Amino acid sequence: MHRHLVPVWFFVGLLLAIYGVLILGSGLANLSHPPATVLGNLHAPIWWGAVLAVVGVIYCVAFRPRN
Amino acid sequence: MNVISLSNVDLAIIALYFVAVLAIGFYLKRFATSGEDFFLAGREMTAWVAGLSFLSANLGSLELLGWAGSAYQYGILAAHWYWVGAIPAMVFLGIVMMPFYYISKTHSVPGYLQLRFGKGASGLSAVTFAVMTILMSGVNMYAMAVVMKVMLGWNIHYSIWVSSLTVGVYVAAGGLYSAIFNEVLQFFLIWFGALLIPVLGLIETGGWTGMVARIQSNFPGQDFTHLWSTLGNPQDNPMGMHWTGIVFGLGAVLSMGYWTTDFLVVQRVLSAKDIRSAKMAPLIGSFFKMAVPLIVILPGLLGLAVLPDKLVPESALQAGQHSYNEVLPLMLARYMGPGLLGLGVTALVAGFMAGMAGNVSAFATVWTYDIYRPYIRKQATDAHYVWMGRWCTLIGLFISIATAYVAMGFASIMDYVQALFSFFIAPLFGTVLLGMLWKRATGPGGFWGLLAGVGSSVAMFFWVKFDPSALAIIALSAHAKPLAEDMYRALWSCLINVVVTVLVSLATRPKPVAELAGLVMGVTDIPKERDVPWVHKPVFWAAVSIVLLLILQWIFW
Repeated sequence: MHRHLVPVWFFVGLLLAIYGVLILGSGLANLSHPPATVLGNLHAPIWWGAVLAVVGVIYCVAFRPRN
Repeated sequence: MNVISLSNVDLAIIALYFVAVLAIGFYLKRFATSGEDFFLAGREMTAWVAGLSFLSANLGSLELLGWAGSAYQYGILAAHWYWVGAIPAMVFLGIVMMPFYYISKTHSVPGYLQLRFGKGASGLSAVTFAVMTILMSGVNMYAMAVVMKVMLGWNIHYSIWVSSLTVGVYVAAGGLYSAIFNEVLQFFLIWFGALLIPVLGLIETGGWTGMVARIQSNFPGQDFTHLWSTLGNPQDNPMGMHWTGIVFGLGAVLSMGYWTTDFLVVQRVLSAKDIRSAKMAPLIGSFFKMAVPLIVILPGLLGLAVLPDKLVPESALQAGQHSYNEVLPLMLARYMGPGLLGLGVTALVAGFMAGMAGNVSAFATVWTYDIYRPYIRKQATDAHYVWMGRWCTLIGLFISIATAYVAMGFASIMDYVQALFSFFIAPLFGTVLLGMLWKRATGPGGFWGLLAGVGSSVAMFFWVKFDPSALAIIALSAHAKPLAEDMYRALWSCLINVVVTVLVSLATRPKPVAELAGLVMGVTDIPKERDVPWVHKPVFWAAVSIVLLLILQWIFW
């Protein structure tokens, strides 16, 4: 894209990375007493938050703004 | 009682989304300086960005909640709207129609009709589209506020004003750039926010077979998991649908009309940087569209299998009960703990806001280029039209807010608006298709055909309203549900449009062939792709998309 427009993928990566860290942190904080949801024992926030964070960081690095 | 209770981390995730979209809008403002920038995102989007935005413009939250509810009500039949009711049309748009839209350098669908048929057909489609778009935006807004109230206990007025002002600010700032960026963002949020429901749901039920067994146990004697085998007789399926309605009404007319002529979605593809990207964008969208039932239809089916209480129609709702449309929030609440719940709610909020943004950005373009410029102020500078685009984004939004408040007074307005919306889409498809494929179609033919199509569709709607026995004539079955009726009304109105267009065209003088260059098949030089490797050819991916569609039909037959 011309005029040095930051790719939309960078914004996607940034938001996913921040969300991933928040959700992962929330999952770890509740590790000893998981929420009373169905299959709460699978600790979905931990592994899903990690997936989000990893995908987000990959997008941030791959599409970081360059001069 | 609210369906969902949010923790602090959930609220932080939602708040962060609002901050992010506003920041992106202000960042993009510096790029939206010319008319082409503001209304067509500078025509510099890659095939992937245009493709995901094209899909996301249709993937609003109302759509997600509504179709998940339909899957609970009708079973896997609801998937027809994602498969046969979308994929062939997307492929047709990419391979057949997109070259004409793109080569003609039009800014909108009414803009194409202006070039092909003149002011009559263009003006009619521009006015109807502008009215319908703004009405849909308002009804979406109201629906979002109601969902937020039911799910989270949020105040209706607060939801309407905060979300619509946010949308207004970021679209007025960055125009279509902002709308597209946020649609791509929304695409990722919806997938990451909703994908855990089918994953955890299938773990709970022991896979697809376990889910089917539980549904059969909960609803004995009813078939919710076959796509085609119950469509031989309308009385054999919960939708009251015959297969001809799905194939001809939905697949051949309504979906073709929506995906190829509704400017809300076509505008996204027109932002592509070149013709190959414009052809690839709908094809990329088609693969993701095929996968959407995973996060919409499957949660509805899982709801049939695992939810302890049976859901009921909105009209029969009593205290303590939940409606079909609440199946997705109920499944969110069932599996998602703190953090994940915030992500799921953000995905829904993002879907609603992206839907509003899509409507107001399309409205701004059609108003400025197809109504204001030809009829109100013909000779103004490009900067003036951008100024007008920004202001009518905000004005359109305030009219939408007013519509949302009007909608509060009418419990069933959503049904009427959806019917109104369908009046204009199916006939328009006939006009655009004949315009692109038939040199002999004339301006008067296009105008009178479109008027006859729209008029007959409205007439059929009121005929059934005032004389319910007419349903058996319009929809070929007295058992047809509103969705089935819509399919047949679309089919007949499109056929009437085509017949009138052909007859009037044959009786009037055609345009000289030289004036049709770039607009009609046979007199348009479409760039060949002989030197392009086959994996980069749109036609190859179109074939892959259709084969995958057929495989899905066979698996779930």
